[in-house]
Amino acid sequence: MSQDASNAAGRGSRLARADGSLGARGLLSVMIERGIEFGLLLAALASVAVTLGIVFVLVRESAPFFAHVSLGEFLFGTEWTPLFSDPKYGIGPLLSGTFVTTTIALCVAMPAGTIVAIWLSEYAPHRIREMVKPVLELISAVPTVVFGYFALTVVTPMLQSVLARINVDLPTFNMLGPGIVMGIMIVPYVSSLSEDAMRAVPMLLREGSYALGAGRLTTALRVVFPAALSGIGAAYTLAMSRAVGETMIVAIAAGQKPTLTANPLESAATVTAYIVQVAGGDVPHGSIGYQSIFAAGLALFVVTLGFNLVGAALRRRFRQAY
Amino acid sequence: MVIGSPALMHAQPRDASADHRHGPDAPDAAMPAQASIKAQVKDFSFYYGQFQAVKNVSMTIREHKVTALIGPSGCGKTTLLRCFNRMHDLYPNTRYAGEIRLLPDGFNIVDRRVNPIEMRMRISMVFQKPNPFPKSIFENVAYGLRLRGVSSRSELAGRVEHALRGAALWEEVKDRLKKPGFDLSGGQQQRLCIARALAVDPEMILFDEPTSALDPIATAKIEELVHELKGRVTILIVTHNMQQAARVSDETAFMYLGELIEMDRTSKIFQNPSKQLTEQYITGHFG
Ligand SMILES: Nc1ncnc2c1ncn2[C@@H]1O[C@H](COP(=O)(O)OP(=O)(O)OP(=O)(O)O)[C@@H](O)[C@H]1O
Ligand SMILES: [Mg+2]
Repeated sequence: MSQDASNAAGRGSRLARADGSLGARGLLSVMIERGIEFGLLLAALASVAVTLGIVFVLVRESAPFFAHVSLGEFLFGTEWTPLFSDPKYGIGPLLSGTFVTTTIALCVAMPAGTIVAIWLSEYAPHRIREMVKPVLELISAVPTVVFGYFALTVVTPMLQSVLARINVDLPTFNMLGPGIVMGIMIVPYVSSLSEDAMRAVPMLLREGSYALGAGRLTTALRVVFPAALSGIGAAYTLAMSRAVGETMIVAIAAGQKPTLTANPLESAATVTAYIVQVAGGDVPHGSIGYQSIFAAGLALFVVTLGFNLVGAALRRRFRQAY
Repeated sequence: MVIGSPALMHAQPRDASADHRHGPDAPDAAMPAQASIKAQVKDFSFYYGQFQAVKNVSMTIREHKVTALIGPSGCGKTTLLRCFNRMHDLYPNTRYAGEIRLLPDGFNIVDRRVNPIEMRMRISMVFQKPNPFPKSIFENVAYGLRLRGVSSRSELAGRVEHALRGAALWEEVKDRLKKPGFDLSGGQQQRLCIARALAVDPEMILFDEPTSALDPIATAKIEELVHELKGRVTILIVTHNMQQAARVSDETAFMYLGELIEMDRTSKIFQNPSKQLTEQYITGHFG
């Protein structure tokens, strides 16, 4: 620390000597720089502290729950009915709801977002790009309640009429509709970050590809995309976290009935939908039913953390420098 | 550019004398005066927006020879070179005027009606900085082949090996063809890019200061490669280093402020240039 400071001071005075005057200004700029560094450190520490605080609250609040419910039942039980007179505490049904809706959302958002990103970065003329990007970002500014009702009143009926033709019956509350709408909502997250990553790929790499006789699409898919893979991976990871954490859309349009199923045509509840349902209901604080939302939150946290770690590891594995 | 020019000034007197010691005049003198023509540049100009970077250049590129483009920084060497495969098409507000005819077909490369992809299939380019793709060594070399529809494994393997041998890289990489091209050293990366350019059997290869980022040993290897290639491929090479121009080229074109001042046999340019400007440049008494 002190060595740092003296280095910085030395740099400052050398600067001052180089322009032949103003030693005081050199000192001032060093002080400002130290101040900024300290501010940045505080900001970084604050985000770590908040995360730790969340973990702490989750663990503390779910402790009474786990004193009452065995870990085995929590992990392997197939029913989640904490508010019934005969309560069951298997987290599986909630997690399956989260998994299914997240998977549907990613199936929509990853391809669509990537295609939009490729178009924006490799095809769109500058002026059009600058017009399209804010419009796309507007999508993620729409309140999720609106998306929830969009799923319930527009997308699900459309899916119902399509599926009816092949004699498939889609209930009003299902996971498919909200999953798709969630995917649409996430597209800008994927496209915006992926586009940044692709535009950061040096022109020299594209020139190398064109010079060998490649066209735009080949260059985009076989050179730019792989070169930007680490950034695109980050975009996918963010999209997934966003989908896992999404609450309102599924709470509104997927029904609130925890069901252990992988079938997107069934209604189900996700972890977050359950949490908001209980938190907004009249379950007495301190009851096991109330504490169960912290246990569910903790489970979600662990799962998301796991996915993020896997994503980070994959990105490190495929990292390409250019 | 600022850093480059003092070094350039420094190098020039040595360049000129080096040329006198072992210039390429001996083999030149033995060659027939006329080789067939690969490209004919006529009244050619190029514009970045309003700025005319290449001014009314006419020149003849001989087939299976090495033609060097020299001249002070900013004179338009790179710009002219990049017209030969229309790299400028990738950027807005660029304009070509005049002709660069590729022979024997005789079509005008810079004519908008000419499909740049078809034309680039016949003309390869090696850039100033090595730019391997984010792929394995093998896939880097196979890239151009795949674009040309080669998909049989054995054919790919054979042609990749041949190209890597041609670029004097095979022995160094044959055990790690699956490793990323980025893992190679700078000089190896540049030879990888040469292999990539060679693999597609081009009629012409454009080199833009291919050794400016390399150490003397890597530079010597690449110069040797250029030497081996001529006789089979037409080579156009931009260089700042006049020793290099003298060592590797048969013909030299001297450019200044976007104009072609003089073009002749390399030995003639370096020993007995006809224009005063050329003489001043190659002897380092410039400006
Ligand atoms: N993209 C561009 N837009 C506008 N002007 C440009 C652009 N690229 C180059 N120029 C200008 O065109 C002229 C020729 O540049 P060019 O890069 O061809 O020079 P060069 O002879 O290759 O120089 P060097 O030896 O430094 O590489 C210069 O005046 C340069 O400023
Ligand atoms: Mg140049």
